[in-house]
Amino acid sequence: MATTAPPAAPTTTSWSKEDAKAARKANRKRHRNENAWAAAFMAAPVIGWVAFLLFPMGFSIYASMTNWNGLGNMTFVGFDNYVRLVQDPYFWKALWNTVFYMIGIPIGLAISLALALALSRKIRGRTFFRTVYYIPVISSLAAVAILWQWAYNGDFGLVNQALALVGIEGPNWLMDPTWSKPALIIMAVWKGLGYSTLLYLAAVQAVPRSLYEAAALDGASGWKRFTKITWPMVQPVTFFLVVTNIIGGSMIFTEINIMTPTGGPSWSTASLVWYVWNQAFRNLQMGYATAMALVLGILVLIVTIIQFRINRANDFSID
Amino acid sequence: MSLNAQTARAASGAIRDTAADTGRQLPQQRPNIFQRRKGATQESPAVNAILTIVLSIGAIVMAAPLVWMVSTSLKTKDGVYALPPEWIPDPFVWDTYARVFNDTYVLSGIKNSLIVSLSVTIIGTVFSSLAAFALAKLRLPGKNAIFIMLLSGMMVPFPTLMIPQFVMFSRIGWVDTLLPLIVPVILGNVIMIFFLRQYLQNVPDSLVEAAQIDGASYWKIFWTMILPLIRPAIAAQFILWFMAVWNDYLAPILYLNTPERQTLQVVIANMNVQYATQRDYPLIMAASVISVIPILVVFLVFQRQIIESIALTGSKT
Repeated sequence: MATTAPPAAPTTTSWSKEDAKAARKANRKRHRNENAWAAAFMAAPVIGWVAFLLFPMGFSIYASMTNWNGLGNMTFVGFDNYVRLVQDPYFWKALWNTVFYMIGIPIGLAISLALALALSRKIRGRTFFRTVYYIPVISSLAAVAILWQWAYNGDFGLVNQALALVGIEGPNWLMDPTWSKPALIIMAVWKGLGYSTLLYLAAVQAVPRSLYEAAALDGASGWKRFTKITWPMVQPVTFFLVVTNIIGGSMIFTEINIMTPTGGPSWSTASLVWYVWNQAFRNLQMGYATAMALVLGILVLIVTIIQFRINRANDFSID
Repeated sequence: MSLNAQTARAASGAIRDTAADTGRQLPQQRPNIFQRRKGATQESPAVNAILTIVLSIGAIVMAAPLVWMVSTSLKTKDGVYALPPEWIPDPFVWDTYARVFNDTYVLSGIKNSLIVSLSVTIIGTVFSSLAAFALAKLRLPGKNAIFIMLLSGMMVPFPTLMIPQFVMFSRIGWVDTLLPLIVPVILGNVIMIFFLRQYLQNVPDSLVEAAQIDGASYWKIFWTMILPLIRPAIAAQFILWFMAVWNDYLAPILYLNTPERQTLQVVIANMNVQYATQRDYPLIMAASVISVIPILVVFLVFQRQIIESIALTGSKT
């Protein structure tokens, strides 16, 4: 731990009750000592922040205004990359696809809240169910994407075989521009369900029983108890899940790149991050890709701030 | 900066709601979410029976793809295309797993993934806890500004940073090594710092002060008092972090080109491309099974702790 060793060795402080001046001096010394230790303890993450966040960000802002292939000279072009971005139909398509994937968020949250409510009841095998629903969460996304790519196979895939059982002829999911995005959404919901269910379950079980008892005494219906007690009480978890899911969803990349390596049929699955990655590391348009990446970061920031605003406006508390 | 300050304030507001009161009693009493609750509103057995059926169907849907992955990994190359699909392979081909270890880069992938995830999470946890301790309990002018500054990092998505980071690391010749995957993240995890700081704020200051008066150095206070105290919170964050690093895909594909230097996720993704053309699906699925199994075993063994701590993490938000 050489990097965190503080500049000054700790000293034992001696208190002199008679001499207030000496005491103050000792106190100052003690504070200086404490400050030094505190600074040393915080040093690593602060260094990381400066070197791998602040510096790259600053560099990004400059690089986004250059024409640059990542190796050669950077030619300053002002806001050309941003102008190009606004006119780039692929950018808008990728942005649209990324936003489209967010449909999965309310669907996933609704299912997981329902599951959490069911699992909060006295049902046999609750622990077993919880485990089964949670296993996709811990499975690696790369493995899951490979598995689902094969499961979506039009002829031999598990999904269409299952649909055939109920007499539905499934589409060729990942090869069909209409169904490629829904296919990815279904997979994402399947993958994330266990996590949101778990958080909701903890929140549902933390609701004081007395609230339900009082509501039942007042003759509130089950639906009313849900909308007036459960839903507001789990609101912090909903907020947390919506924020983290939107941030996570805006960075969707792995499954796109594995399941549809060329951006999908008619470019129907390419996400923003995938497009940025493709431009930067396949087409070596580093300047342009940096501009897009910055725009992505700003969009995520704006959406997050709006959500915090809305959340504060709706701040809810019982009692 | 004012934006960051606002979001941080809003974040801590969201925390105050749920965490402040439940969190304070954490060290003594942790809520057991497995506990059955009694009485209160009556539950109808009929409704519970229907729910059990619905949950069972759901469980089948959830488990089917993974069961199918295992099943496919044990089939012959042609058995994969059997219609209707066979769930129990006939015959069982165990040899595929031998082929995975002998003919592919899965073994080196596991080694590389372990190097990255263990070094990052173990050392990174020490750095994070030290910072959280200092942020929660030690005096330093402007430490709240430092905390907000670190928090602002959570707002910046990795894809925004990946290009400049890549250029930085390529300038110093770290491309195709594991270092770019380790160095930027080993210095501390903001989310972990955030939760540990939150946790430590519920520990009375008098504990630390008493130790100080006894003449213990801050270094010693950290190792002998703070670290054992925050162990449950660390465990929760550690596991989540380990899984995130183990399962990471975007950063490794940027940096790792040589097959034997790649992490497991990149190895199996590349196998997916390479062997799909040879229609060797059992091999691909076997490699995927292998990539899932270590985490699955850890999960099943520590299930109770993991689920409780994740639920706890959620309630702290």
